[in-house]
Amino acid sequence: MRFRVRAFLGWATLAAICLLNVPAVFGSDKAELTFGMLLVGPYNDHGWSQAHYEGGRYVEAKLPGSKMIYIDKVNPADRPGLTIPAVVDELVDKGAQLIIGNSDDMKDGMREAASQHPEIHFLHISGDDVLTGNAPPNLSNLMGRMEYGKMIAGFAAGLTTKDGRVAYLGPLINEETRRLAASAYLGARHAWTVVRGMPAETFKFRVSWIGFWFNIPGVTADPSQVARNFFDTGYDVILSGIDTNEALIVANQQRKEGKAVYALPYDFIGSCNSAPEACLGVPYYNWGPDYTRIAKSVINGSWNQAWTWSGPNWEAINDADSSAIGFIIGDALSQANREQLKAFIADLGSGKLNLFTGPLSYQDGSDYLKAGEIATDRQVWYLKQLLQGMEGASK
Amino acid sequence: MQNLKQHLIDTLLILAIAGPFTSLLLALVGASPADAFGHLFSGSFGSWSKFSRVLNVWIPLTLCSLGLLYAFRSGLWNIGVEGQLVLGAVGTAGVLRLGVDAASPLLVLMLALLAGALLGSLWALLAGWLKIKGGVHEIFAGLGLNFVAMGIILWLIFGPWKRPGIASMSGTEPFPRELWFPMLEGWRVSPFALALALAAIVITAWVLNHSRFGLNLKAVGHNPRAVLLYGLSPQTYLLTAIIISGALAGLAGGVQVSAIYHRLIPAISSGYGYLSLLVVMLANFRLLPIPLIALFFAALNVGSIQLPMMMQLDSSLAGVIQGACVLSALLVFGLRRLKKGADG
Repeated sequence: MRFRVRAFLGWATLAAICLLNVPAVFGSDKAELTFGMLLVGPYNDHGWSQAHYEGGRYVEAKLPGSKMIYIDKVNPADRPGLTIPAVVDELVDKGAQLIIGNSDDMKDGMREAASQHPEIHFLHISGDDVLTGNAPPNLSNLMGRMEYGKMIAGFAAGLTTKDGRVAYLGPLINEETRRLAASAYLGARHAWTVVRGMPAETFKFRVSWIGFWFNIPGVTADPSQVARNFFDTGYDVILSGIDTNEALIVANQQRKEGKAVYALPYDFIGSCNSAPEACLGVPYYNWGPDYTRIAKSVINGSWNQAWTWSGPNWEAINDADSSAIGFIIGDALSQANREQLKAFIADLGSGKLNLFTGPLSYQDGSDYLKAGEIATDRQVWYLKQLLQGMEGASK
Repeated sequence: MQNLKQHLIDTLLILAIAGPFTSLLLALVGASPADAFGHLFSGSFGSWSKFSRVLNVWIPLTLCSLGLLYAFRSGLWNIGVEGQLVLGAVGTAGVLRLGVDAASPLLVLMLALLAGALLGSLWALLAGWLKIKGGVHEIFAGLGLNFVAMGIILWLIFGPWKRPGIASMSGTEPFPRELWFPMLEGWRVSPFALALALAAIVITAWVLNHSRFGLNLKAVGHNPRAVLLYGLSPQTYLLTAIIISGALAGLAGGVQVSAIYHRLIPAISSGYGYLSLLVVMLANFRLLPIPLIALFFAALNVGSIQLPMMMQLDSSLAGVIQGACVLSALLVFGLRRLKKGADG
């Protein structure tokens, strides 16, 4: 009997609380702009999703009165049954006027949600719906020109590798990941052949794809396993192309076993911190400035649909208020190589050096760029295959 | 009346164990249980759009649970329900792929759902056949087949069915809108899918409780040897039961593909197969509580997204509540059986 009374009281209280809570949840919002952020991975992944999360916090700091609501791990493996339109409804319910979706995986869902909420603004990161004309008018795309970041990272790898063996830990295969892997390759090859004067045949660049942006046990290949495998087969530098930090962690473990190996993580400015002595550097995204600009345009009504590919501020690539991508030099990069790297960055910035210059061939031998031809933005964005000289699957 | 009272007492007892247990866990991590339960409730029943999403979970979960009921009636533990759901999704996706640009999308959709049910039931038949012909216990056969089903879906998504030029575990190319499960303008749940689930409930209620097949099935479940005396073949009944079970799970998989994700993804099952096992156990293997418990579980699943959003709590709390409920239910039912034994 005691149990029954207690249970009844418990449920009655619960019901009362729910009723009281509803207005508290929905009614207390005085912020000028509430924006919702869908993060594909954990907000603290030391990688891709954390970079976006920090970008959102930057907006809150720059635009007083703005407020971020985020949901992380937005993928059906982590949250069974979840769909993008459903979580977008959730954010709109909570007052979001701008929705940022940070994964290529959300492309179809973002488009569907944007058509369901024509009064809300949508920003899909890394997508091309605006370019292809598939985007409803309230959906924009934004991406950073990480190709430069990858070239710089590849360059650091090419300077450091002992025998000319550089590996790329790739996520899934699509246009974005192909062009980023290719950029890393071009940077590494440049360091090996031009700067170090080694013969091109002695250079190996291997790409292995795990199947998704991060490890899903039982579904993707295990990135730690893939990284170990690279080191076991003679590669001494790994460039990470995935959202999370496994390459650096494994490199650090192997160093403790006495191997001279290195890694370059990706995405997040603080990625090197988990193992500085194994880290050659990290190319990272700085989403804050673009997010702030777009958030402002929602507030003052000047929103325009756009596909934006934001580059670095070559004057100061690590300037938090102006550069969309940057590169932090890691503790493991030698002093001499740092000087080389700075000169390389200066040449990229001045336009003296453009690594997407022909002759370049696709992996199957067909022409990508003829001798002297410089790739257009579209040719880079829609890279159809890996480049000749890279090992690994193209599709 | 006596019966109803007993069920009510059971339910209250279960909640009286599970409720404080979860509250204690929440208090241990420094969160207010009242807030958490409040968010769970308002996040699932707070608006029509939220409730529609609860229904979107409820439909496949109920279909799977109903299917399980047939198997349990015949005495079979159909753990393979998860794999049957997955294969159902594969069957539906396979037909939808062929039906792109077809003249009659509605026909394609119906065929696709049928194919889902068919593949689900074939997968279940395999487990039943292994049991009857090979002497493999259906729990092990089912678990094994679940892994194989996962392997098949991963292989399809990363191999023959991948998007052109792309190799990703994100899933296959989405189907064109004509091949989505029909919706009404402005609705977030398909009334037709809803009708399908309701029909399945009514038919199952009739078949299990009022048809000769249902009564025989029960007899087989209680004593497979004795029914031989009545000229019934227990094997036929076992196989029929597991086939129906697989068909309903396969249908659930078809709904997941055509009404929810509109493509095939590795996590297409959303774990509803395993979850439905918990639903049926919590229902003490009876039909009537199933729709309500499935609704409760669906609400927890949908409402739990509020926890990370509003309280920075992990949404796995929903799973903890579900697990706690089932464990307390098993405890309550077990104690009642013990008491009955002592009384009798």
